[in-house]
Amino acid sequence: MRTKAGRSRLRFRSALLITTAGMMAAACTAGGGAASGPAAAPGADQAVTVQVWSNFSDRELGILKEALDKYHGKHTNITIDNQGSQDDDKITQSIRSGNPPDVAISFTTDNIGQFASSGAWQDLKPYIERDKYNLEDIPQAVRDYTEYEGKRVALPMLADVYGLYYNKDLLAKAGLTSPPKTTAELLDFAKKTTVKAADGSIEVAGFLPQMGFYAFKPQIVATTFDAKWIDKDGKSILGTDQGWKDMFTWQKELIDFYGWDNLQKFTAGLGQEYSADNGFHAGKVAMMIDGEYRTAFLADQTPNLNYGTATIPTSKPENYGGGYTTGTIIGIPKGAKNPGAAWDLVKYLTSDTDALVGLANGLHNVPSTKTSLSSPDLKLGDTFKPFLDAFANKNLKSNPASTIGDQYLKIVSDFGVSWQTGTVPDLGAGLTALDKQIDDAKALGK
Amino acid sequence: MTATLPGQTAEPAIARPAPRRGRARVRSRNRKWVILFLAPWAVGVTVFFIYPLLATVYFSFTNYNGLDTSDFVGFRNFVYLFTGDPVVKTAAVNTLWLVVVLTILRVAFGLGVASILARVTTGNSFLRTLCYLPSLVPPVAATLTFVFVFNPGTGPVNTVLGWFGINGPLWFNDPALSKPALTLLTLWGSGEIMIIILAAILDVPKDLYEAAQLDGAGPVMQFRKITLPTIAPVLLFGVVNSVIFALQYFTQAIVAGSVASGSADMVGNSQIMGYPNNSTLTFPIWLYQQGFRAYHMGYASAMAVVLFVVSFAFTAILIRQLRAGNSEEARS
Repeated sequence: MRTKAGRSRLRFRSALLITTAGMMAAACTAGGGAASGPAAAPGADQAVTVQVWSNFSDRELGILKEALDKYHGKHTNITIDNQGSQDDDKITQSIRSGNPPDVAISFTTDNIGQFASSGAWQDLKPYIERDKYNLEDIPQAVRDYTEYEGKRVALPMLADVYGLYYNKDLLAKAGLTSPPKTTAELLDFAKKTTVKAADGSIEVAGFLPQMGFYAFKPQIVATTFDAKWIDKDGKSILGTDQGWKDMFTWQKELIDFYGWDNLQKFTAGLGQEYSADNGFHAGKVAMMIDGEYRTAFLADQTPNLNYGTATIPTSKPENYGGGYTTGTIIGIPKGAKNPGAAWDLVKYLTSDTDALVGLANGLHNVPSTKTSLSSPDLKLGDTFKPFLDAFANKNLKSNPASTIGDQYLKIVSDFGVSWQTGTVPDLGAGLTALDKQIDDAKALGK
Repeated sequence: MTATLPGQTAEPAIARPAPRRGRARVRSRNRKWVILFLAPWAVGVTVFFIYPLLATVYFSFTNYNGLDTSDFVGFRNFVYLFTGDPVVKTAAVNTLWLVVVLTILRVAFGLGVASILARVTTGNSFLRTLCYLPSLVPPVAATLTFVFVFNPGTGPVNTVLGWFGINGPLWFNDPALSKPALTLLTLWGSGEIMIIILAAILDVPKDLYEAAQLDGAGPVMQFRKITLPTIAPVLLFGVVNSVIFALQYFTQAIVAGSVASGSADMVGNSQIMGYPNNSTLTFPIWLYQQGFRAYHMGYASAMAVVLFVVSFAFTAILIRQLRAGNSEEARS
C-alpha cells in the first residue's frame, strides 16, 4: 500500500507526464487548421487591418509602401501594416506559433515546395477560380517556380532574370566587339580577356567559374547548358542528363586555364557580392552572369563603368534568348486572420499593371506579367532591355521546387566545389551518386 | 541575524506532539518553502531544458518538418544518420578534429600563457588584460577580422610572407588549412581559459615551491611535480569546457565559410555553408541546415540527440576521471 507521501509523489509525476504530453501534443499540432474555401473580401464599410511581412528594408521597404499606399487609396477601409526585415525563418516561425501575417512576401523560391506540401501557405486555387485570375499572363517558367506538383500557394511579385554583364573596355582591349552568344564563345572570350602577371597571378579574369562564387550557382548555370534536374516522376537525373556533364567539363577547362591556386588567390581578394568592391564593379572581371538587379547596384556604386548586358550564352544555339529566372513570391500563410482581404491585396500586387510597373521601376526588377512588360511607363534604361526580352522568351527556365528547400542545390554546389578542385575522379559516377543523395534526402521527409 | 520561517514560532508548546513527529512536521513545512523558492528555477528548467529535451527525443522518431503535423517513423532518422547521409560523416569528422585539436591546443595554450604571466612581475596587470581582451571580441567580428588578415590575395599575413619570398597559402580558402586557421582564431580568443588557469597557478601555495627549491628541484621539476598536480582539477575543467565548446562549434565556422566564399552579404538561403569543400561544415552547422533549411526537423532532432549523448558521455568520463584522481589524492 502506498503512503501519503508516495501517493503525492505519484500524483506529481502523473501531472508532470500529462503536462509534458500535452505540451508535446500542442507543439506537434501548432498552427493547424488551414482555411478550406475562398474567403470573401471585406465589405466597403468593414474596417480591416492587413499585416504584410517582407524582407525588404530601408529604401526598398519604402517602395513597397508606395504600392501599398496606392492600394489603401482605392480601399480606404483596409489599413496595411507593412513590416520589413522578415525572412523565411521568421515567417515559418510565425506560422508554427499560429500568429502569422495576413500576407507573406518571400525573396526566395527555395521553400515553396515545403510551403505547398505542408499547407503552411494557403492554396490559392479557389481564389484564382472564383475571381478568374489570369494565370496565362504569367510566363510558364514563372508559373513553374511559384507552384509545387500542381498546387499553387504563391504568385510572383516581380521576377529576377539572369543575363550576361560584360565590361566593354576590357572586351575592346582583347579585340572583341560584341558579347558571346554560346558557351564555347564565352570560354574563348574569357581566355582572351584574362590578363596574367609575369608570375602567373591573375590581374584581370575574363570570367569566374568557381561553383558558388557570386552568381555562378548550379541552378543558374544549368539553364546555360540545358541541364535538367528531374524526370516526370520527380526523380533526380543528373547522372543521365548530358547537360550536367557538359557544364562541369566546361567549368573545369576554364578552372585549369587559370590554375586553381591562382584563381583562389584572385577571388579571395575581391569584394563580397553586393559590395562596391565586387570584382566586376572594380574592373577586375571582364564578364559575369548576374541578375537584372545588378544594373541598380552598378548605377549606384560605379556609375562610370562602361558595361553592357546581353542574354545569357547557351551551349545550344536554339536555346538562346531565354535564361534563368526566379523571383519574389507572395502568398497567404495558414492561420492568416483576414484571408479575404489578404487575397485582394495579393491579387493587386501581382496583376495590377500600375502596381507592378511602379515596383519594378523602384526595385529594378522585372515586372512579372506579360502585360506589364509592354507598359510605356517602365523606366529601366537600355541595359535592362535584354532582361525584359529574356523574360518574354520561350526559353526562359527555372529550377524545380522541392520539399527539401535548397538542400539539393547545396548538394550539387558542394559537388561542383569538389570537382573543380580535382578531387572527383569520375564525373559520371559522381553525378549518379548525387542522384541517390538527392532522392534519399527527399525521401527522408516523407 | 537569524531568520525564522513563518509557522515555526506559531505553535504553543503545550500542543506540541511527540518530538519526532514535530520535527517531521517542521521538515515538511520547510520543504514547502524550499519548493516555493525553487519554483521559478524549476519552471525555467522545465520549460527551457526538460521540455525541449523531451520534445527533441520525441521528434527524433518522427518525420516532423517544422510546419506540419508529424508521423512516427521509428528509427529511420537514426538509420539515415549512421548509414545514409554522406555529408554527416564529413561534418562529424570536422567536429571530431576540432574536439581533439582545439581541446589540446586551447588548454596547452592557456596553460603556457598563464605560466608566463604568473612569472611576470613588472606590468603584469597590463599584460593580463592584454591577453584577456581578445576573448571579449564578439565571435562574428573576430572571424571577419581573421578572414581579412588571412586573405590569400590581399591579407597582411601573406603580404608579410611575400617579403621573405614565401608564397603564402590559401588559408580559409584551402580545405586543408581552413580548420587550422579556425584553430588560430580560437586560440587568439581563449583568454577565459587562460585567466582561469592563471588564477589556479597563483593559488598554488608558495611554500611548496620554497621546499622544492631547498630540495634542489629546478623550474621544470617544480612545474611537473607541484604546479601541474595542484591545478589538475582546473585543467580538467578546461578540458571539459573545451570539448563542449568544440562540439558546439558553429558561429566562427559559418561566418568564415560564407565570407571566404564571397557570399557573406547574401540573403538567407544563398549563403554557402562549409566552404571550401565542406571543410568548415561542423556537426551543429549540418544540424541547422537540416532542421531549418531542408525542413528535416525530425532528422535534425535525431542529430541533436546524438550530439547530446556524445557531449554527456565526454563530460561524464572526464568528471569520473577527476573524481578518481581526487580520491587517489585523498588516500595518499
